[in-house]
Amino acid sequence: MSGNDHLHVVTSDDISAGRKRFGSLLVWGTAGLMALVALAQTAQVLGWRDFGFTDWRPTLYAYCIWATALCWAQVITRGEQGKRTLFVLPAALFVVSLTVFPLLFGLVIAFSSWNLSSLDGRQFNGFDNLVQMWGDPFYWNALGNMVIYVAAILVEYAIAFGLALILAGQIRARKFWRVAFLMPLMLSPVAVSWMIGKSMLEARFGPLARLARALGVENPSFFESPWMAKLTIMVLDAWTFIPFMMIMLLAGLQAIPKELQEASRVDGATGWKSFWEITFPLMLPVSVTAILIRIIFKLKLADIVINVTAGGPGGATDTVTSFIFREYRERSNVGYGTMLAMVYLVLIVIAMTLLMKFANRLTRPRT
Amino acid sequence: MTDTPVQIFRDSEADRGFRMKWWASRITIYSVLVFWAVICLFPIYWTATTSFKLAPNVMQGQMVPFPPAWTPEADWAKSLFYAPKWKGWESIGLSPETLRQESTVRAEFLKRFMNSTIVALVSSTLAVVLGAMAAYGLSRFRYRWAWMKNDDILFFFLSQLILPPVVLALPFLVLYKELALLDTRIGLILLYTLSVMPIVIWIMKDQFETIPTELEEAALVDGLSIWGAFLTIIVPIALPGMVAAFILSLVLTWNEYFFAALLTSTHANTLPVMVASQTGSQGINWWSMAALSFAAILPLIVIGIVLERFIIKGMAAGAVK
Repeated sequence: MSGNDHLHVVTSDDISAGRKRFGSLLVWGTAGLMALVALAQTAQVLGWRDFGFTDWRPTLYAYCIWATALCWAQVITRGEQGKRTLFVLPAALFVVSLTVFPLLFGLVIAFSSWNLSSLDGRQFNGFDNLVQMWGDPFYWNALGNMVIYVAAILVEYAIAFGLALILAGQIRARKFWRVAFLMPLMLSPVAVSWMIGKSMLEARFGPLARLARALGVENPSFFESPWMAKLTIMVLDAWTFIPFMMIMLLAGLQAIPKELQEASRVDGATGWKSFWEITFPLMLPVSVTAILIRIIFKLKLADIVINVTAGGPGGATDTVTSFIFREYRERSNVGYGTMLAMVYLVLIVIAMTLLMKFANRLTRPRT
Repeated sequence: MTDTPVQIFRDSEADRGFRMKWWASRITIYSVLVFWAVICLFPIYWTATTSFKLAPNVMQGQMVPFPPAWTPEADWAKSLFYAPKWKGWESIGLSPETLRQESTVRAEFLKRFMNSTIVALVSSTLAVVLGAMAAYGLSRFRYRWAWMKNDDILFFFLSQLILPPVVLALPFLVLYKELALLDTRIGLILLYTLSVMPIVIWIMKDQFETIPTELEEAALVDGLSIWGAFLTIIVPIALPGMVAAFILSLVLTWNEYFFAALLTSTHANTLPVMVASQTGSQGINWWSMAALSFAAILPLIVIGIVLERFIIKGMAAGAVK
């Protein structure tokens, strides 16, 4: 294990048998404690015996103690090797306990009907949720919307690339432009949805509505027809995230060696040609990374939709996240919402895997 | 391109054409820059100025705050300038007059503000500490846990990015209810740490890989332990990257709305939840909404202006390999 580390260190540890025994005692002892607490709590929930617990916190505390003991025991039983494990172990434990466990738990919820506001509690209902999902036009509509929203990233990418090219060129007051262009990314989407969605786009007094009227539009309304509303949400989201792509592309542009462009200029390539033949191919890997990350963020889009249109008109602007959010808010059915989310996750994983395969092929150097 | 040598010869026709073209491209570039800067900054300007308006100003669409004493009597001036008033800021208790008095609205605002600050700071710190440790370990040692090697472990961490929050949201809602963590700051902090951790690990791995291993080897020969070397030698060198990761996490956690809206109700809700809850009830009180929104985005505007290079560094880290 230590033979091919990047960092070559010679370590000689002799760990006494007693120390090893203490280490494993620590791990198993705390694990036993955790099991005991969990068992007692389960017993109380099942009504066998009352221990006076009000919530599941004691189990959580026992888990934290066990996790700490596990990290500590690494050093005790394995010396120098344990110290190395200690770098990654806390983060790994943290992520595993906060994703894997809730995901498994979510899988249980997904196959049940559970209305949090009623007293019935959880009821297993098999594939009912899946059947209901199959016949839910609003969910499919939201999924379709996601495809359209993701497709809009290409336009965002084109704009971001253009801006990055300008910023990488010879301009004055570069820092000022960079800060100005970065600003939208810093603002909270909720504030943005009020600032722009609710106030600047307001049909009567909003400055953009006034501008539209001055340009000859009769009754400017940005959220009435389904396509207009979709477009407005896309523009709002693009406004916040174009800086993000722009910065990544700018970093890529600045990493291109100057010699290449000079050489191409000597060879007589100018303007468009130099861009398509030199800059764009060299930027492909960065572009792909930027677009993939942007897609990941886009798939989480919710706050703007929730706050500006609440999915309307008639679900035209719904994203999957905002739809599930509303579904939960209106009916507080955890089971159905979780099932929708799980299906969404599966679809995302499939789509992202395919996309990454495709991206790999795209960026592989051509022979 | 710009510095022409001392002119000895007259420009020929061809050269003049070239200069024309150069000027044309300059003008296009700067007009694009100005146009985009207006697009980026106008909403902020609009929010800031609206917070000083009154109802008539909103309805007449006056845009520029201007002292009434100096406003000329012309019509164009009347439709452009308005006299700034503190009404919007009064409604969250932050105008000069209300600042000296007790104010329940201000207390409410400050409570939300504190919630946001605490949650964002603590979760970013936690994410940077845990994430930097993990990234360092993964960049220096080979691990083998069950079937997972270094690349698999790294992929496991980064794959959390793909996980949409909505998948975790409802299970967490139920779990937190059982654990009595609903509507607590700790609950939010745990989730936010989780959500920014992949980004931190990504940035920090990149950072640590640029530091030569000879540095630690020398330190280890001098008798430091591996943790001693990490803390006293590597962390100071990697500090810019850590600051970048921290700032980026701060931005993301400060702005987060979805989890906060779902998991908090009265005690722990953050500023975005407060802003969102006001939009429904008083949509027409533009000035107070503008004041609230502006107060909510102001800290990040300041951070963006002051720490811009760290943010750019952080985002560029993953882009260029």
